[in-house]
Amino acid sequence: MSQATTAAPAAVPTIPVREIAPWALFFALLTAVVLFFVGAEQGAFSVFEGTAVHEFVHDARHVLGYPCH
Amino acid sequence: MAPRTFLVHGLLAGLIAGFAAFLVAYVVAEPHVNAAIALEEAGPAEDGHPHDAATAGQPHSHGEEAEVSRDTQSTWGLATGTVLLGAVLGGATALAAAFAVGRLGRLSARASTAIVVGVGFVATALVPFLKYPATPPAVGSGDTIRERTALYFGFWALSLVAAIGAVLLARRLLPRLGAYGAVLAGAAAYLVVVVIAGAALPTVNEAGDFPADTLWNFRRSSIVTMAAMWVVLGFALTGLVGRDADRAAERLRRRELAATL
Ligand SMILES: [Zn+2]
Repeated sequence: MSQATTAAPAAVPTIPVREIAPWALFFALLTAVVLFFVGAEQGAFSVFEGTAVHEFVHDARHVLGYPCH
Repeated sequence: MAPRTFLVHGLLAGLIAGFAAFLVAYVVAEPHVNAAIALEEAGPAEDGHPHDAATAGQPHSHGEEAEVSRDTQSTWGLATGTVLLGAVLGGATALAAAFAVGRLGRLSARASTAIVVGVGFVATALVPFLKYPATPPAVGSGDTIRERTALYFGFWALSLVAAIGAVLLARRLLPRLGAYGAVLAGAAAYLVVVVIAGAALPTVNEAGDFPADTLWNFRRSSIVTMAAMWVVLGFALTGLVGRDADRAAERLRRRELAATL
């Protein structure tokens, strides 16, 4: 048994930041869109007219802590 | 391990978490939502809502005349909201875990993922809730919805950025202070930021004479629902990432073994 194998447990490999960055950017945008529709659409701001989106996600918006009305 | 695998696992764990949150919300929170709506409809021009009298702000109805029925709101609507939110939280948390795995001292992939989920719950659910707690229907004026939405999302974003900064700070201090000191310093830095911001930002109190017990019951059910979402997300994601890490380690071990032969 060599020193190297007993000294430390094998390090957990990392994923290079530049490999994750494009996925993170893409998903951050998608997250922002979903948060907007679940948390704010037709409340403080409106992309679509009317109140259908607001009313459909209404209970989720209240229960998940977003200001509703 | 690849970012795509993390994202797929995150979406899967998030869907499970969102569905679990729906079940908890339906059982635990819906009775209080309905109690609040009953109060709202019993007294339309409450004196407890000083701004409500003149404008209704947005045409907004929960009753029989609503565009979407209460039955739909409390089932498909609620499920859509929680599952969508669960999916994006799961995906975003998994990508954050992809950054964290292998970079938090010597922690295993499982431990790193669990820490990311824990930090995510505290920073994006618990702390925003403590400053701007959820409000039941009938509480809140249509006049201040823009301001309240901006305050909520502003504080939410600040808390998230502060938490990411705190983790990076702890990572940087790790060689000098060791794990205990580094985590203590990071947690203290996060607390300083959110406590100062929480004290400086305006307080929202539009409860008026809304019954305190209904308000408390609703708020408790809200944080229970959010906690359920994050706990299920934590276990599902940690399990999936951990299994993936085990397989990656096994592949590496076999390759190294093959190289020595
Ligand atoms: Zn509402």
